Amino acid sequence: MGFISDIFWITLSTVGDVVPIIAIIFGFQFFVIKRPFPNFKKVLIGMAYVIVGLSFFLVGLEEALFPLGKLMAQQLTDPDFIRSGMKAAAEVLVWSDYTWVYIFALAIGFSTTIAEPSLIAVAIMANDVSGGSISARGLRIAVALGVAIGISLGVFRIVTGTPLHYYIIAGYIIVVIQTFYAPKMIIGLAYDSGGVTTSTVTVPLVAALGLGLASTIPGRNPLVDGFGLIAFASLFPIMSVMMYAQLSEWWVNRNGKSN
Amino acid sequence: MNAPLEFLKSLFSSGRDLLPIILVVTFFQLFILQQPFPNLGKVVVGIVFVMIGMSLFIRGLEMGLFPVGESMAYAFARKGSLFWLLLFAFLLGFGTTIAEPALIAVAKEAAVVAAEGGMIENNAEAMRSYARGLRITVAFSVGLAILIGVIRILKGWPIHYLIAAGYVGVIVMTAFAPKEIIGIAYDSGGVTTSTITVPLVTALGVGLASSISGRNPMIDGFGLIAFASLTPMIFVMAYGMFI
Repeated sequence: MGFISDIFWITLSTVGDVVPIIAIIFGFQFFVIKRPFPNFKKVLIGMAYVIVGLSFFLVGLEEALFPLGKLMAQQLTDPDFIRSGMKAAAEVLVWSDYTWVYIFALAIGFSTTIAEPSLIAVAIMANDVSGGSISARGLRIAVALGVAIGISLGVFRIVTGTPLHYYIIAGYIIVVIQTFYAPKMIIGLAYDSGGVTTSTVTVPLVAALGLGLASTIPGRNPLVDGFGLIAFASLFPIMSVMMYAQLSEWWVNRNGKSN
Repeated sequence: MNAPLEFLKSLFSSGRDLLPIILVVTFFQLFILQQPFPNLGKVVVGIVFVMIGMSLFIRGLEMGLFPVGESMAYAFARKGSLFWLLLFAFLLGFGTTIAEPALIAVAKEAAVVAAEGGMIENNAEAMRSYARGLRITVAFSVGLAILIGVIRILKGWPIHYLIAAGYVGVIVMTAFAPKEIIGIAYDSGGVTTSTITVPLVTALGVGLASSISGRNPMIDGFGLIAFASLTPMIFVMAYGMFI
């Protein structure tokens, strides 16, 4: 079993990633603030939990889900697989032949986002700060839906080979317009949820999907067209979270009137 | 407090969070690709590891990272020293980004793109220095983003003006940047904020907004991460233009 040695090495590399952060925090605490942390022991235990927890999390993903997910992305984007589902063997594949790839992108975008630890952190914080009026679960589902739609649209872009920046600029325009109508208290959170969706769980799987597509479709360059899915995954949650806030506000108003 | 029961409950909720991935992977493996699971035992052990890891992480967040971020925000607000607060904000952004594994990976790939596109010489030395320069650029831009974000919380500026200005910056840079760098630049916005940075930075923002009178933690406290994912896009495109 390679699990035990993997745990060891991944914990070590997580510690390596955390060292600069810890150095900055403790440096400022001792030399600038010059006051010990409240509950210092508890904080230390909490930090240890975070490091060990992340390591277990990463080892589990590397051992179980990533190899399978990456293989799946490759197989689903393989032209032979796509042709096998068609009645007549077409010479040239068009965008509508990629049905299962879109569905996979939708499903994997949603499900990996639900398990994303940074999003869990922000959702817990938002729930605490809003006094419970923003539910952690509702927020996470809204973000996950945004990522799901974003990634499948990103896949459509790679398949059709249309320029990335048209989509992103159009997305920006929608976000700016939505900002005028969304409840004020959700705006900061909505913008933040764009940045937190894509980290530990989502990036490796989504990158595999993008590279798989860009390397099997003729005329695509994996280095140029394989990128960009993450950008979609960071843009669409902004819209979906604002929409979620708008819908729940509308819902509360409507129920308020009928009572 | 009943600790084992608490942990069991949190394991159960992690399991519920993972259920969608398990369902998606199973469905595609068995019904669409029509293949059996390779190493089923390994997959199950891996999933148990992920559940344990998730529960520990969430517990650690509430015990360690959130209190640290918030207590530092309160301490800075009490101390009233703008210089130290801004230096801390910048270093937190810079220090957490420079070592970010996802960024290291993206920078390497970007160097390959640049070498193939003829922007730099196609040898290992040139690519290494290009990748290093890119990482420093992104880390600097994240540091700057957190710094600007903290100033915004202090001043109470509405977030959407700054974000809209950032969007304009991205669009303008897109028009001038080399085509090969655009995809990487857009992606670099999303990968800079790691799992440990996010809770710390969020707690810092919320802590600052709740310790300054007249600021609402919900309206003013969030948004630091948003800046941190916007500025790298602009700076990476600038890097692509000038190198």
